[in-house]
Amino acid sequence: MTKLITASQFSDPDAAYVALVEARRHLSEAEAAAFDTRLALILANHIGDIDVLKEAIALAKGVK
Amino acid sequence: MVVGAGPVGLAASIDLALRGVAVVLIDDADRIGEGSRGICWSKRTLEICDRLGVGEKLVAQGVTWKLGKVFHGDDLVFAFDLLPEDGHKMPAFINLQQFQVEKALVDRADELDLVDLRWKNRLIAVEPHNDHVRLTIDTPDGPYSLEADWLIAADGARSSTRDLLGLKFSGVTFEDKFLIADIRMAADFPTERRFWFDPPFHAGQSALMHRQPDNIWRIDLQLGPDADATEEQKPHRVTARLKRMLGDRPFELEWISVYRFNCRRLDRFLHGRVIFIGDAAHQVSPFGARGANSGIQDAENLAWKLAAVLKGEAVPALLGTYETERIQAADENIAHSTRSTDFIAPHSAAERVLRNAVLALAPRAEFARRMINSGRLSMATVYDSALLTPDESPFGGSARLGAPLPDCRVRNVDGSETYVLENIGDGFTVLTFKNGAAAQPAPEGVCRLRIGDDLIDPEGLLARRLDATPGAAYLLRPDHHLCARWRTFDRGKIAAARDRALGKVQ
Repeated sequence: MTKLITASQFSDPDAAYVALVEARRHLSEAEAAAFDTRLALILANHIGDIDVLKEAIALAKGVK
Repeated sequence: MVVGAGPVGLAASIDLALRGVAVVLIDDADRIGEGSRGICWSKRTLEICDRLGVGEKLVAQGVTWKLGKVFHGDDLVFAFDLLPEDGHKMPAFINLQQFQVEKALVDRADELDLVDLRWKNRLIAVEPHNDHVRLTIDTPDGPYSLEADWLIAADGARSSTRDLLGLKFSGVTFEDKFLIADIRMAADFPTERRFWFDPPFHAGQSALMHRQPDNIWRIDLQLGPDADATEEQKPHRVTARLKRMLGDRPFELEWISVYRFNCRRLDRFLHGRVIFIGDAAHQVSPFGARGANSGIQDAENLAWKLAAVLKGEAVPALLGTYETERIQAADENIAHSTRSTDFIAPHSAAERVLRNAVLALAPRAEFARRMINSGRLSMATVYDSALLTPDESPFGGSARLGAPLPDCRVRNVDGSETYVLENIGDGFTVLTFKNGAAAQPAPEGVCRLRIGDDLIDPEGLLARRLDATPGAAYLLRPDHHLCARWRTFDRGKIAAARDRALGKVQ
């Protein structure tokens, strides 16, 4: 059963994008990749549900 | 006195003249501008133009559209429909070349005795005083000087008024250059806005295609920060780029230019007796159609306030709210435009990775589709202003305090079809809903429009939009923005709200 929510949850999705893009402004690709990894770990722990995490991994991997 | 006979200066002059204010409108050109600038005119702009007397003409001339499609490579990733609600007189958007809008406005201005339009008049000196502005104007027959009570600077992004006063913009300039071409082409592409990220015909960049009337198409191609503007404007080079996009379909080039975009504004729009509107006050990138549309909304916000001050109905401090309300609008437009430009033209490889991740997830995750930003199209600003009277009780519906009244198809008493906005005049109006009680008169100077008596709302559509209950009353400013509403009609409260909207109560 699907537990991962892919419907938009932010009331202002543009503001969420801006927060993410501004966080990586002036970072190199390698620095941004390291940053993304830290962010993924923090959010994975916040979700705290191994099924959701696995579904999210499958979605991310399934995209070219 | 208004300087700059573009759409913004023309709209301001016509609006002031319709409110009984005599206007001298000067422009250094000898006729309306040529070439390709604004093409998308929003519903709110068209509603304003309708009040000014040219709305229906523009809609008849323009191409009405409401569908937008976004592609990533060859794949359609997102489509949107702009039609917000049924039963509005004006469409969400039309596309029309700016010179045609200017032509319609010039023809309208020529009908008005109070607009004195002077071409080939160039402002060369501005001398601000406490209660007037002294201007020197150059003409082919030599210079002359003129004393104006107020000067409205609508002279565009390269405003000479701004230079003469030594004022500077704050904001950002984007590094990426964009090629803008208008072409004449017989094509049966659908009437929709098409936007591509990384299309096969223009790898690594973005492209936009938009239909205009008379077989003219606007093509906008991102060139990146390192493009050579002079080289890229050469017709053979543009033709080669467009052939990759359009194949063997024949076309003629009508207009080519290469731009870099700015998102910036003046710190203040009001400088004593000099007031800046439109591009002279603020600039945005074209993604979102926020330039000319916001300028015309500046003009409308200023016109009724300046007219009220000149007639002694309001104190000059009311003009301060032109600045606060339109700086709020400019900041919204700059924020939207900056976000769109950040998405379309990432600043670095690391930002591009994020943008491309959103595009890649979009076909499989709705949240990512909602983050795709190829330009959030211009909507009227909901003013958060001291001129509004806060609601005493909650209201639902699509109407918002501080926003323009949502339009709605209604009927005249004789059963013929009309729209509510067509029935609202140039002053303050209180819109009331019938409740069976004897009608009380509106306060002096406020026009009353009774739904159920003067206009019929047969399906209750307007009542739903306004969340109206029997007896409810809605006060509209002269620019048709909703400034107060109540569940019951109270003459004293309406008069107080009107005074507050004129800046009399702090």
